Amino acid sequence: MLPRAGFQQWLQELSGQFEIFGPKKNEKAIVSWQRLEGGELPDMAPGVPKGSIKTFFFPQPETLFEFTARPKQDDSFRLREPEKRQKPRLVVGVRPCDARSVLLNSMPYKEDPYFQQNRQNVILVGLACRNGCSTCFCTWTGGSPVGTEGLDILVFELEDGFVLEPVTERGESLLQKASSARDATEAERQAVQEIRDNAPTSLPEAMEPASQLVQKDLMALYNAPFWQQLSDSCINCGTCTFLCPTCYCFDIQDETLRGKGRRIRYWDSCMFPLFTLHASGHNPRGEKVKRVRNRFMHKLKYFPERFGPLSCVGCGRCVRDCPVNIDIRQVMKELLAV
Amino acid sequence: MNPYLPYPARIDDIVIETEDGNLKTFKLVLEDDADRAGWHHVPGQFAMLSIAGKGEIPIGIASSPTEKGHLLFTVNRAGVVTTALHKMNVGDPIGVRGPLGNGFPVDSELKGKNIVIIAGGFAFTTLRSTLIYMLEHRADYGNITVVYGARTPGMLLYKEELKQWQERDDLDVHITVDREAPGWKGLVGFVPTIAGQVKPSPENAAALICGPPIMIKFTMPPLEEVGWTDDQVYLSLENRMKCGLGVCGHCNVGPVYVCKDGPVFTRSQVQKLPVEF
Repeated sequence: MLPRAGFQQWLQELSGQFEIFGPKKNEKAIVSWQRLEGGELPDMAPGVPKGSIKTFFFPQPETLFEFTARPKQDDSFRLREPEKRQKPRLVVGVRPCDARSVLLNSMPYKEDPYFQQNRQNVILVGLACRNGCSTCFCTWTGGSPVGTEGLDILVFELEDGFVLEPVTERGESLLQKASSARDATEAERQAVQEIRDNAPTSLPEAMEPASQLVQKDLMALYNAPFWQQLSDSCINCGTCTFLCPTCYCFDIQDETLRGKGRRIRYWDSCMFPLFTLHASGHNPRGEKVKRVRNRFMHKLKYFPERFGPLSCVGCGRCVRDCPVNIDIRQVMKELLAV
Repeated sequence: MNPYLPYPARIDDIVIETEDGNLKTFKLVLEDDADRAGWHHVPGQFAMLSIAGKGEIPIGIASSPTEKGHLLFTVNRAGVVTTALHKMNVGDPIGVRGPLGNGFPVDSELKGKNIVIIAGGFAFTTLRSTLIYMLEHRADYGNITVVYGARTPGMLLYKEELKQWQERDDLDVHITVDREAPGWKGLVGFVPTIAGQVKPSPENAAALICGPPIMIKFTMPPLEEVGWTDDQVYLSLENRMKCGLGVCGHCNVGPVYVCKDGPVFTRSQVQKLPVEF
């Protein structure tokens, strides 16, 4: 248990060792991931920040390596590893859905040295959800408002302070540094239990778990009649893919300036026709309906077939910000009905 | 090991393959001894060729693993990187990342089988690798039949080697061009037509077919007529790729990644996938 001031003091103490980030309102009152200084507490209003937590693990862009770009010179393509980030980072106020997305992305990125190094160097301090939002649905996708997957520490916000539960060993060792921490009282433990008990863990009525889609025939889902209608309204803006914490596709490009170059990777989107365009002009997903279908099929069918869980944590960002109101929950229902 | 870092290499030789000059074969030598010693590929695999400042492209490896010390890549000039590559000279530096993908099962399913290689246009590259590998291990395979066609005699790849192969008595080679051409004394007709005339037996056999989709489509009926089934037919798919490691999401055909699960699939595997290639 840490009182409010104690929590701030703990963050202040950790700021020597870590760069600290968390949800914070910007000048337009939009909550986004920002640097927190001097023991500042993260924004704890219900809901997730606008942007995705993937920015800490899969930065925009990631430098893969640097090179000397003087064509035809002998040192061209002698590579240098990018400079390492100085300080490890600590992110506070992470909702359990976002933390879970890191774990899910870690599956395809299992052997990716950049992603895995970022995982080593980023500590996640979670914040249990006491209230849901109209757009969020973590329980549909296998998560929980009080889930610990992907987190190092889970924080419960009480009236007059915070109860911090270690999840990993490194989380435990950080908690030991909290000088003003004391054991939670019986009443506080009960309050935490109440938050756990009140967390909605069941599915909406008559809803099969979306994980059932793994059992369904792939081509039957692929050929379902509703894709055309769904994609008619989509404007292929890519907002869903950029905000989505579990959309992890990327492009690789070279950037050069005055003889120095770097190869970078950055977020890409299967909503864009260029994503699959061959140099010959042929495009396997040239039609919008194929691209819209690919995004949902990847999250709800292809990814679970390969890795197990759905590639969706139910954070609801895509629902919240889609300009034409496409709702992945509706897509899940339609697919389950196939 | 970081799978995104290319090995430094150098262009050792360039051969202009076709009369239109659009296809060149680049002979590359990896610069570092350790990289050369550590390189092992299987026919049918590909690699990423890297030009600093331009980017990377996935290209099938045209040399056989039995050709030691260098790698061959036959490249069609089509986009930004291939155009830059076509402008490069012998001695220029380049990066190679790989080998990537699965390759043809030359040491497992294909062993002991009669092999039918059917290729059209410039899709012959990884089949050259396969054919040379099989000829080096000739006793491991039964009859080997090759049907290879191009639009014109000048558009055929590896012309010198084709001549040598035609002279071998342990190899049945049918080279064809689409139309009559001055000085051409060989077969005339599309690849599917010639494949139909050759009528390869499906008995204990496997077919490796690479070419434009339209060629593959019309090659199947004459094969099916003499009893070939989809699981005897191996195809090599291609899609736009970035990482080559099954991560970046560009090359998926439904649930499979062409770069990691392929590029080689049996036709029965391909028939179960959405047509996104």
